[in-house]
Amino acid sequence: MVAIPSRHKSLVLLAGVIVLQVLMLAVQIKRDSEGRLIRAWTVGAVSPFERAGSYGFGSIRDAWRHYLALRNTAKENEQIRHENDALKLQISQLQGRAAEADRLAVLLNFRQAHAEVPMIAARVIGAGAGTASLTIELDRGERDGIRKNMGVITPDGVVGKVVEAYPNASQVLLLTDKDSGVGAMLADSRIQSPVGGQGEPLLVMKYVPNDDTVSVGEQVTTSGMDRIFPRDLPVGTVAEIKSGNPFKQIRIKPAAHLERLEEVLVLLSLRPLDMRKEENSGDAQPSTPGAASPPPTVRR
Amino acid sequence: MNYAFEIRGSESHIEVHKFRGGAIIIATLLALVIQASFPIHFAKAAVLDLPLIVTIYFGLSRRNPSTGLLLGMLIGLLQDSLSGPTVPLGLYGIAKTIIGYLASSIGGRLDTEHPAARFALTAAFFVAHQGLIVLTRRILLAQPEPWFNMHLVAAALVNGLVAVFLFLLLDRLRRN
Repeated sequence: MVAIPSRHKSLVLLAGVIVLQVLMLAVQIKRDSEGRLIRAWTVGAVSPFERAGSYGFGSIRDAWRHYLALRNTAKENEQIRHENDALKLQISQLQGRAAEADRLAVLLNFRQAHAEVPMIAARVIGAGAGTASLTIELDRGERDGIRKNMGVITPDGVVGKVVEAYPNASQVLLLTDKDSGVGAMLADSRIQSPVGGQGEPLLVMKYVPNDDTVSVGEQVTTSGMDRIFPRDLPVGTVAEIKSGNPFKQIRIKPAAHLERLEEVLVLLSLRPLDMRKEENSGDAQPSTPGAASPPPTVRR
Repeated sequence: MNYAFEIRGSESHIEVHKFRGGAIIIATLLALVIQASFPIHFAKAAVLDLPLIVTIYFGLSRRNPSTGLLLGMLIGLLQDSLSGPTVPLGLYGIAKTIIGYLASSIGGRLDTEHPAARFALTAAFFVAHQGLIVLTRRILLAQPEPWFNMHLVAAALVNGLVAVFLFLLLDRLRRN
């Protein structure tokens, strides 16, 4: 115990007595708004510590949430990022399927418009491995009725012809290849001339005399003379005309989008197509869910 | 029986007075009774604070701070008790405790036998007492109370004057 000097004893006593009476006051007094004074004083005395404690705990909690718990946040972020990537991939796949459904709908409409012509839809599963030839590979082959030299088309126009048929796949030589050719004619003047590829995007119509009148933009269709494609299939459009010796040099833009083929139709017969019926059926709207039905069955 | 002791090494000797048995108690009770009853018949007597004057007198005479503050506390609490429910216990108690302590402390340093000193000290202690009351009301009880007015000055002068004569009566209670 610390001894209190005698001259300070009265001061200590004074302080004690005052404090006692102040407490007594506090117990008695009741303020209207705050209840008993002792309660108000106690709350007033304790609340700063409570406030400080609350602030301290709040700071610790915030620090924990914002910093220390970031490990979990990082994990969650990583998980969400993975989910986001998966969802993006899923969306991309769905978009691709929707586009595919649209294309298949067009093929189906085309096929239904020419129901009398046996044809089979096939998916392009590959392209030529080298630059020497422009070929594509289809997912259907001999087992589906595909044979060598059969014509391959899209609703837009001629694609090429089957050059190899395997049991479950087939290879198609595109119209743009140097060795490719199709019997064609100018739609307006009915001038017939073979159209062949040059290994570049545009085709060439080889044997049109200089005296014949040909205009840029004129449609070119199949003539049926090659016994591969039936008559009146779109081949392309005249894009450029130059005088030559002895024949014009006519360059043709292919009607089919040969650079981005995904589904094609393989003609299983040489029966001619009625393009007027096709034009009428071309108004049909694609891309209904039901349009993504299985490809047409083989007609042998 | 008289006691004398030296303050701060000075050569002067100040007497500490003893009183007859029961004198302090009787004087205190009388002061409280008169304080409680006299203003009923004579309203202007409410300006007097007889318990305060008694507290000051015994503080100055006994010159023991501990005794002085305890006596002041006792008188103050009794006055609180007699003042009705509007005055909380401790209001006068705190003020008179401090005044008792101050009177005892000052009484050991000054000659408080002279009437002029008694008048001045009582008036000053009255003002201090009222100041403590106002302080307690304003700070502890949140009751608005004016710090100073002319009524306070007049009351201090009246109490000082009354104290001069009352102290003479109370001096008769001392032991010789």
